[in-house]
Amino acid sequence: MKKLFFEYSVEAGNFTKAGDASSNFKKVLKQLNVDPQVIKRIVVALYEGEVNIVAHSVGGNIFCNIDPKSVNLILKDDGPGIPDINKAMQVGFSTASAKVREMGFGAGMGLVNMKNNVDFLKIESEMGKGTKVELTVNL
Amino acid sequence: MKILDLVTLLNLEVYGGKAGLENEINGGYTSDLLSDVMGNANSGDLWITLQTHKNVIAIASLKDLAAVLLINNNKPELDMLKQADEEGIPVLGTAMKSFEVSAKLYNLMNS
Repeated sequence: MKKLFFEYSVEAGNFTKAGDASSNFKKVLKQLNVDPQVIKRIVVALYEGEVNIVAHSVGGNIFCNIDPKSVNLILKDDGPGIPDINKAMQVGFSTASAKVREMGFGAGMGLVNMKNNVDFLKIESEMGKGTKVELTVNL
Repeated sequence: MKILDLVTLLNLEVYGGKAGLENEINGGYTSDLLSDVMGNANSGDLWITLQTHKNVIAIASLKDLAAVLLINNNKPELDMLKQADEEGIPVLGTAMKSFEVSAKLYNLMNS
């Protein structure tokens, strides 16, 4: 497999488009004949990250790098940032609005789902600047 | 068991995604929290829920679920149906509550 790169932009607050990037990237991975079990893990982590950008940020981008050994995803938004990452990682902790929760999002399980499905996860955040989530799944 | 068989056995409504009615059901997952389904449902599961919006189909598609069953007479929103038709993921309905229909599915899957 050659090195491949894909980029998606994610709109803030637009839940009708939430999942479009994940859906597109899943098709790419399928076409590349990536192991279906590995695709499942990548898709869970990517979807959670995509929804986080929609629900919590002012908008952002997803950068996907595929090489023969791994899939590396960088999800970057332009703010507002996470005040306490350790707290955000706790199961059940959520800052989601009532409207978002009513839809079944915002249960405080997203980041945990990400962590459980990847081989590497790093979250960096600066208040007022934005959040960068980097994750890798080995092939 | 095929979705179509389940529709007959439990007298379910079929709202959309008819192209997927031949899908095989391997099990079920009952939840209204999207990340719970994302993290814990298995491919081929029937997703039993009261959520009626489009994101349900996005998750069902990403997780390769067999179909979505709306409980308690909940009706799908229009954009949910449109997405279901595009993806070929059946959206079913019942007047039963989640406990009852989950129990019936469990018994059918294990009989």
